[in-house]
Amino acid sequence: MNDKHTQLDWLISRVRKGAMNRREFLGRSTALGVSAGLAGALFGKVALAQEAKKGGTIRVGMQGGESTNSLDPALAASEVPFQVNMTWGEMLVDVTPDGQIDLRIAEEISSSPDATEWKFKIRKGVEYHDGSTVTAEDVVATLKRHTDEKSQSGALGIVQGISEMKAEGDMVTLKLSSASADLPYLMADYHLIIQPGGGVDAPAAGIGAGPYKVVVNEPGVRHTFQKHANYFDSSIGHADEVEILVINDNTARTAALQSGQVHMINRVDPKIVELLKGVPGVQIKAVAGRGHYVFIMHCDKAPFDNNDMRMALKYAVNRQELVDKILGGLGSRGNDFPINAAYPLFDDTIEQRDYDAAKAKEYYDKSGHDGSPIILRTAPGAFPGAVDAANLFAASANAAGIPLQVKLEPDDGYWSNVWNVEPFCASYWGGRPVQDQMYTTAYLSTADWNDTKFKNAKFDELLLAARGELDAAKRKASYSEMAHILRDEGGLILPMFNDFVSGVSDTIGGWVDDPNGELMNGRSQVKCWLA
Amino acid sequence: MHPVLKLVVQRLALGLILLLACSAVIFLGVEALPGDTAQAIMGQSATPQALANMREKMGLDQPPLTRYFQWLGGVLTGDLGLALTNDADIAQSIGQRLGNTLFLAGCAAAISVPLAIILGLIAARHAGKWQDKLISGVTLTTISLPEFVAAYFVIFLLTQDNVLTQAIGWVTGGSGRLLPVAMVFPGMGFWERLNAVILPVIVLVLVVLAHMMRMTRAAILNVMQSAYIETAELKGLSPMTVIWRHAFPNAIAPVVSVVMLNMAYLVVGVVVVEVVFGYNALGQYLVDHVTKRDLPVVQAVGLIFAAVYIVLNMLADIIGILANPRLRHPK
Repeated sequence: MNDKHTQLDWLISRVRKGAMNRREFLGRSTALGVSAGLAGALFGKVALAQEAKKGGTIRVGMQGGESTNSLDPALAASEVPFQVNMTWGEMLVDVTPDGQIDLRIAEEISSSPDATEWKFKIRKGVEYHDGSTVTAEDVVATLKRHTDEKSQSGALGIVQGISEMKAEGDMVTLKLSSASADLPYLMADYHLIIQPGGGVDAPAAGIGAGPYKVVVNEPGVRHTFQKHANYFDSSIGHADEVEILVINDNTARTAALQSGQVHMINRVDPKIVELLKGVPGVQIKAVAGRGHYVFIMHCDKAPFDNNDMRMALKYAVNRQELVDKILGGLGSRGNDFPINAAYPLFDDTIEQRDYDAAKAKEYYDKSGHDGSPIILRTAPGAFPGAVDAANLFAASANAAGIPLQVKLEPDDGYWSNVWNVEPFCASYWGGRPVQDQMYTTAYLSTADWNDTKFKNAKFDELLLAARGELDAAKRKASYSEMAHILRDEGGLILPMFNDFVSGVSDTIGGWVDDPNGELMNGRSQVKCWLA
Repeated sequence: MHPVLKLVVQRLALGLILLLACSAVIFLGVEALPGDTAQAIMGQSATPQALANMREKMGLDQPPLTRYFQWLGGVLTGDLGLALTNDADIAQSIGQRLGNTLFLAGCAAAISVPLAIILGLIAARHAGKWQDKLISGVTLTTISLPEFVAAYFVIFLLTQDNVLTQAIGWVTGGSGRLLPVAMVFPGMGFWERLNAVILPVIVLVLVVLAHMMRMTRAAILNVMQSAYIETAELKGLSPMTVIWRHAFPNAIAPVVSVVMLNMAYLVVGVVVVEVVFGYNALGQYLVDHVTKRDLPVVQAVGLIFAAVYIVLNMLADIIGILANPRLRHPK
């Protein structure tokens, strides 16, 4: 009994420090014999008392940084630039962990009833690091820089649908060429950081309205920041200083966390998670997100232009095995459409597809394939474990009588010579905040990145109709129908959604699981504190 | 003209031609890699439009020859240009990283070179006995480990809580644990830097020791066969004096050339160690830019590395000549 008391005290102290969330607390306290109701009440009481501590330096050790990185938000494409930009930059809006719009520079959002015109009211008195004030003109200039024909921005495809933008006083008005109920979510794209004058003159200056000012910017090595004293939101930005260290080597990153050199690390290798769980002072946070690993078939090239062949391959992949062996159990099975429970308006009644050798064989025979080898191309960099995953896939397919063969490609040039070129290869997607954006990015007939060459008129029609539909129930029904079409006719084989696996020191408080992105969607160093 | 001076001038002129040839080869090599800078930067999510815009901005739409001569013209006028990927000033970035590279190589050389020579002398003195076998056995074991394995061993032994670090902590009064990430920053003092690079230096010493040690031992044993060594022994000199005063000076040339080879390796070949310890030096910088096909940076770093090889080889030859009276005073 006494022992249980100490353990419960310890759990409570963890919650007080903000180092444990509700689900974890309930799970562990009920395991001690505390009733669920009591545990819930206890959590509420303790969590309320939890208070952010100010001061200190938070250090984050990260994979995914190179000495070629730039502070220009338009060019951010890997994890470290993303995290760095989230430290000094601020967008119009952000997305909360539960999928709601979090108002940042925009203070109020309204739309016309048909969702073709959107108004963003700019928060008054938001200050940049150089002391100037954020204006509606800056917002328009920023969006223009990313939508410009000459733009090199990663957001170019996202903001193309805006036909007209204007700034009047503190109001930004965006007119769309076709209705979009999700436009605010598009404004949360991490490239769209508001910069003075739109960042046209000095895109990589690192001057923004975010909670921290850039002090040292050594790409591929480290980035240090100091608190922006006049930051508009006092509820975040607790540490005085933030340091992001680039530690690309898995072992060194893990050792840095264990030795206390850094407080948080991203990309913990699934293979060592079990070992790390026994290390005192370190916690593993596996957060279900929207990212997924895929095998993509071009629907317009033989033999994948035959839906029976596509179905055969979909039934021939052993999803549970891949989740267990490639993700170390830290993920969930996919269902051949790119949406999971982390998305708003997800239909959880769609039947889960699983490995079925008999069905795979049946579809394969029906496809009338001549028995020549079917080549699946993969590379170590296609996604972590892509080569092993492809081999497992080939083994389970061969067991069903499908002559699947793996061809190993070099990482160099994979994204230009294999992906989107060869008819069948391994790839990954990072997920998007809303269903519309995910589907628009890669599954609309006309999408730039339609990497399965999936062209379905009914699907397109549903997507465009849902985009302008403000009634949530109707949209959900449309999305469900689209999911069915893609699952049963598309070129996408989606065996698994991968968790974001991070390592966090016990000295960190305020951690919240965020499905939007790694390390609390790039904001862990801003939202957490040193307890 | 003194023959040594003449050799230096000759070698320098030849070195410049070699550098030019290197730059052409590097250029061709990078051009031959699949993909280009724009695609490498923007990755999977690039639209054709954005790619085209980026290529135009970087001047990648120009023919390769034009780009090569533009770059060459810049270098000859002392302008290394800007990195394609992030517009950083190349000379400035390299300056800092080259300093870090030389610091790490210097620390490793300052320990490994004297240590290897002393161990080589001891091994030669006791050739075939247990001391020789122990020294050879240990150093050959450490050279046989891949660098990253040696690095992981060192990380495991010296940064984690274990018997060894506890013992060190008990002696020094601290935690006894070293930090695994060895980044150095401008503004760090000399001792601070030295403290930061302990782990990579240990690994590099382990990796280069055997080669130099074995060469010292072999060169000395070779000289030990000579008649004048027998004379020295018959004079009644102690074995160590014989080796140090009479054998070693005549074994310098081969030892120096191996030492220089290892020094060159410490400057240009330690990227794996840099990555494992997060040490921000030239190797990692070069690899990042090769991945992104950032030609001006690859060219600049490639030239520096080639120059290091050429200069160190020249030094080895000069020292070899100076150490040999017959070459020093040719008739």
